[in-house]
Amino acid sequence: MDGQPSAFESVGAVSPRPSWWLPASILVLVGAVVLGAYIGPAGGITSANWHLIWTVRMPRVALAALVGAMLSVAGASYQGAFRNPLADPYLLGVAAGSGLGATIVFVAGRSDTSGWIIDPLPLASFVGGLTAVFVTYLIGAAFGSSRSSLTLVLAGVAVTSLATAIQTFILYRNNDVIREVYSWILGRLGTATWRDVRLVTPYIAISCIVLLLHRRQLDVLRVGDDEAASLGMQVARVRLIVVVAATLGTAAAVSVSGLIGFVGIVVPHAVRMMAGASYRRLLPLTIVLGATFLILTDIPGRVLSHGAETPIGVVTAFFGAPFFIVVLMRRRRAQ
Amino acid sequence: MSSLVLSRLSVRYGKRTVVHEFSATVKPGDWLCLIGPNGAGKSSILRAITGLASHSGDVSVDGSPLKLRSPRRRAELVAYVPQSPSLPAEMSAFDYVLLGRNPYISYFGTETAHDRSMVANVLGRLDMLDFADRSLGSLSGGEQQRLVIARALAQEAPILLLDEPTSSLDIGHQQQALELVDRLRHEHGLTVISAMHDLTLAGLYADRLALLHEGHMVMSGTAAQVLRAETLAEFYGVSVSVHHEPDGTVVVVPRRTNS
Repeated sequence: MDGQPSAFESVGAVSPRPSWWLPASILVLVGAVVLGAYIGPAGGITSANWHLIWTVRMPRVALAALVGAMLSVAGASYQGAFRNPLADPYLLGVAAGSGLGATIVFVAGRSDTSGWIIDPLPLASFVGGLTAVFVTYLIGAAFGSSRSSLTLVLAGVAVTSLATAIQTFILYRNNDVIREVYSWILGRLGTATWRDVRLVTPYIAISCIVLLLHRRQLDVLRVGDDEAASLGMQVARVRLIVVVAATLGTAAAVSVSGLIGFVGIVVPHAVRMMAGASYRRLLPLTIVLGATFLILTDIPGRVLSHGAETPIGVVTAFFGAPFFIVVLMRRRRAQ
Repeated sequence: MSSLVLSRLSVRYGKRTVVHEFSATVKPGDWLCLIGPNGAGKSSILRAITGLASHSGDVSVDGSPLKLRSPRRRAELVAYVPQSPSLPAEMSAFDYVLLGRNPYISYFGTETAHDRSMVANVLGRLDMLDFADRSLGSLSGGEQQRLVIARALAQEAPILLLDEPTSSLDIGHQQQALELVDRLRHEHGLTVISAMHDLTLAGLYADRLALLHEGHMVMSGTAAQVLRAETLAEFYGVSVSVHHEPDGTVVVVPRRTNS
């Protein structure tokens, strides 16, 4: 009945999964970076347009990589923290809060602030996003039990609706800025500069590191709050840390790129289909493949329509929406 | 081997008290089974011991109160098998049992070779080494139930709490699961507290039964003492006949009332 030590060793050897996914993904990312630098209306990489590539295309590629990685890993982390496969990084109101913050800046008039040291647009968007999630958390903590995340999610719905309502009211009274706000909401990487990259890198780096450090905890949480607690995990604390880290990075990403939808759902689910659902593999892979995904989806927008760029949010939604339906169908089959 | 003492344990959900001052002492290696109709407070007692339900009164293991321990240290002493465990369909059996090692792995840490060999050892003891790489979704109900018990064993806790461990199993798998727990408690000196609906099985495996009704313990003792037709009629509101087999087994059989 008792197994022999040799049998145990063989299991220990079989169980670690193939680890070639990560190196392979990094190779694909490198390929995407090269493509991102090569493709554009001004043509390929030549010594004549090197300056253009370095000052226009490369910051755009770098920002796409950072934002794509952040939105993807935040989406995967939210899905783990709330045990809801359709959770996205905007779940707790960060998008609506950022949108409201940005709208206020547009209405106040951007031209007046051109001489400021700090660009108020990303700042207002960042503060708006964090404030919305903070309010969501206060409501969730006041009315929900510490171990249930449902109240928190519902509070997020309420805060999102409220922020959107205020934003709509402001836009209704100031319809001269609707076009600007709308283009911000659709997301953009076209105006990226190295300054934007420097601005968000610290937040995104810290956020990614904290989330990566919690990937084993997210695996424990897969069995639910009660069982995770019975296994010695402090569920409410882990969820708070994960949500704060993911939100901070998401708010930073949104503040420079606008609202780019579906990345936080498409990438984690695609990675799950390929490499399994364990967060220990999922989180590093979503960072690499999220960066790759956004670099690649940013390319068609540059060349599809001459003169006017297709907003990146339109491209990701174009690929994301059908994918979302596939995920739902798969989930239904699994049940 | 550890003893468990519950003294004046009360559990409230909002304003409703669901367990009133429940006291019991379970000696090392003993099996106490909580019985009683739905809503009697069986699950709440198990959840309070695990630390999932807030409660008043004391739960002590080997004389030291559990509430003074961190959740992690508590999980080293008490393993809990819930009534309907969540089994992530895509998780491998090995990874699932590995979750039982969580109390021993540091916050930012990862499992050691010892944790992995411990999991392999548990799977081996339950004849489940072949399942290690299978996903939970591909296993039968009986296999899943054995894995949940395997996870609790990997926790290496001296006290095992089982909430309706056989409710979703057919009669064959019910017997297998309970035989397994019984064997393990004899091999490892596990102290077991379970909540069960099947009174015959409860009497067959547990050393002692505690009958609960509306949060109060109304009777405790051996199967022969507690499983009496008039007692069950009073607290379950059922008509049963109770048979005593020559080997001491007490069999509870429901009777038709409108024949």
